[in-house]
Amino acid sequence: MSRELTAADVDDLAVGAWIIGTGGGGNPHLNHLNVQQMAAAGQTFDLIDPEELADDAQVAVVSTMGAPVVMQERLQDSRDVARAVEIMAEYIGRPFDAVMATEIGGSNAFQPLMAAAHLDIPVVDSDAMGRAYPEAQMTSFAIAGLQPWPLALVDPRGVEAVLSHVPTWKWMERASRALTIETGSMAATCKAPRTGAEVKAYGVSNSMSFAIEVGAAVRHARAEHQDPVEATCAAVDGRLLFTGKIVDVERRATDGFLRGMAVLDGLDRWAGKRVELDFQNEWLMARVDGQVVATVPHLICLLDSVSGEAIGTETARYGQRVSLIAMRAPELFSSEEGLRFVGPRAMGYDLDPVDPLADRTSA
Amino acid sequence: MRRIGIDVGGTNTDAALVDGRDVVAAVKAPTSDDVLSGIAAALAGVPHDNVDSVIIGTTHFTNAVVQRRGLNRVGFLRIALPTGASLPPLVGWPADLAETIAGETVMVRGGIEFDGRVFEELDEAAVVEAAKRFADAGLSSVVVAGSFSPVDSRQEERAAELLAEHLPGVRVTQSHRLGRLGLLERENAAGLNACLTDLAEVTIAAFAAALGDAGFGPETRLFLTQNDGTVMTVDQARRYPVLTFASGPTNSMRGAALLGGVEDGLVVDVGGTTADFGALVAGYPRQANAAVEIGGVRTLFQLPDLLSIGVGGGSRVHAGDPLRLGPDSVGQRLLTDSLVFGGSTATLTDAAIVAGRLEIEGNGSPELAPDLATAVVALAGELIADSADRMKLTADDVPLVAVGGGAFAVPDQLPGIGDVVRPEYGSTANAVGAALAEVSGEVDQVFRDLGRDAALAAAVELATDRAVEAGADRDSVAAIEIEDLPLAYLPGDALRVRVRVVGALEDRR
Repeated sequence: MSRELTAADVDDLAVGAWIIGTGGGGNPHLNHLNVQQMAAAGQTFDLIDPEELADDAQVAVVSTMGAPVVMQERLQDSRDVARAVEIMAEYIGRPFDAVMATEIGGSNAFQPLMAAAHLDIPVVDSDAMGRAYPEAQMTSFAIAGLQPWPLALVDPRGVEAVLSHVPTWKWMERASRALTIETGSMAATCKAPRTGAEVKAYGVSNSMSFAIEVGAAVRHARAEHQDPVEATCAAVDGRLLFTGKIVDVERRATDGFLRGMAVLDGLDRWAGKRVELDFQNEWLMARVDGQVVATVPHLICLLDSVSGEAIGTETARYGQRVSLIAMRAPELFSSEEGLRFVGPRAMGYDLDPVDPLADRTSA
Repeated sequence: MRRIGIDVGGTNTDAALVDGRDVVAAVKAPTSDDVLSGIAAALAGVPHDNVDSVIIGTTHFTNAVVQRRGLNRVGFLRIALPTGASLPPLVGWPADLAETIAGETVMVRGGIEFDGRVFEELDEAAVVEAAKRFADAGLSSVVVAGSFSPVDSRQEERAAELLAEHLPGVRVTQSHRLGRLGLLERENAAGLNACLTDLAEVTIAAFAAALGDAGFGPETRLFLTQNDGTVMTVDQARRYPVLTFASGPTNSMRGAALLGGVEDGLVVDVGGTTADFGALVAGYPRQANAAVEIGGVRTLFQLPDLLSIGVGGGSRVHAGDPLRLGPDSVGQRLLTDSLVFGGSTATLTDAAIVAGRLEIEGNGSPELAPDLATAVVALAGELIADSADRMKLTADDVPLVAVGGGAFAVPDQLPGIGDVVRPEYGSTANAVGAALAEVSGEVDQVFRDLGRDAALAAAVELATDRAVEAGADRDSVAAIEIEDLPLAYLPGDALRVRVRVVGALEDRR
């Protein structure tokens, strides 16, 4: 169902997208400000259900690649995101009917809204991750074996590139990352265009409205002085795995990724138990007293126990009271092919995926 | 050397006279609406002879921003195009504050990359044009903020030069002097500073006059404390009034560290309404590394990492199931509204008296069931223990210094805490902290064509000169932070060096 996003939806998206960013994806604050500015100036945003797309509709897929510290200084102009889409439209010789996110987790959730405002096209309620992942090729479109090229890339000084062909999705990640680094570690990109049929078949449908619902659940719980963690758990159909306190965080930056582990000591009914939480930009694996209870591709989210706000892998620190919740990833990501891209082995762990909700229903 | 520290808080103005490291006298006086008579009253309570310096910690500028009072209009010059145009200066500010201070906003081409390369050359013609617009708008206080200016500040400095040339008398706040990476937050901090420059002139002149009225001559020097627990000269304070923000809690923590003899550990300052927790690292407050909001404006200021909870001597007891304490408080009305002083409100102070933790002679009697009183005191202890644990950075036991009028609420035994230290003069720790404040000097710049050792030495020497210029005794100056970062893309072995030195205030009498 098509609908116009309200100002409250935009604020809820900032909270919800940060939660389902599973610790990574970047804090949406600056992009949220960008969209708030446009909304305050009277801009409206139409969100359409993927089922409303014609099979031959052209959908632009957008995200900004780069380092968070650069994004904080080189404040992104929303027009740059729109420009990447324009370049792609020129290259394929056809205008786009709609735009969608590559990554709904974290700051990139706002990118389709930023583009849509300037191009006057609707936003599709879908993305290709359903969360955040550390690498650009970790998408449902790559898992489905769709064509990885072309890609349009924009630097605000006027460096504009189209990567017209690559042999694999992994090469698309490597080549686009190299261009991004050379232009100062931040660039707006428009990924390989998708047809309406492809988005319907392989996108993570309704992921934007899902993120908005999660944010709204937190907002309502806070307003009614109820437990925002419980509200989030209910909204995502997830499970509370642990409540405790961060007692150690170890970080190391390697190969452009932030890797490490957070250690949590249990409180309440988890008193005496300990959780180890591994991360590579995002939370990847949770162990309770040495036993693995959740891994990628499933979503592992760390929330402030009081405010319900997401805690990122960059900002977690000793003493925070936190709640660990987990939810199940869409089926495509748990398929054999999906696990090749986003399973524990794709992230360097020699183990099978663990579904935190395996006992609840047969998947 | 004898020094007087003054802390002007929202409720009380405290003064402490310190000789060397010893507290000679300390007084509390109510803060007056005009601030100055409160200072005069506090000064009257301590001896004046042979005082080398008076050091004032004040929340005056913070309050001006929070209450939107006495602020001047500001011009903004952002050096970052072609980026950032959709997030202009003042974006995200509370509308009333933005309207109060917004003058002209100009964005020009320029900026730096994260590794020190030039992103775009500074558009000097556009800066000159901006100066004209600021002049036409009658603005005399301007912010200059460029992308990645903490990595290389030359574009901001050049723009400030051009503004001075074309807008004589302009006061420029350069963002790199006030914050670290995060353009919007750094620009916000500079904006808060720039809107206080008129008020700073008037206030600091008034402080000097108050000293004169109290009989101090020119041989007594006046300093203000800044948020890192060190002093600034009157001249620095005029240019960077925003640096006084949060100096109150910093002074309290510094005072607690010095009075309690604790270098590394925790401090809790329990007042009438709140308990404020901080952590000490090498005798100084640990700084917050997240965005800090002041008056609704997001900044990345170097402010002490504080945690406040609604537990204080005046916190109301809410009997019932479950038992609750605060966060509402009788606050300043403790001396009239609490049971022990003949009022009708049960407070934490009353419970502590009944439970035998505190002795106060009041004109009333706290009629509170002993079980309830014990439960209230235990609850306060639990809330304090919980927050103390949150502020800890390691799992090892650390000492806790308890200061403030409500320090009785801090239990003697806390999980994860070694000793609970309750120093004498703890209730005026903030004034003691101001009196014993040291002097700092800072350098954050790029050195070229020097080896690493020579560059570090040059930076320490420059920072030391700045500290001495600000009043430090040269022999006592030592570096407390040295950080260097090679800038691979710049020619000539470029090295960005950040050095902070601290020394004792020199005795000039």
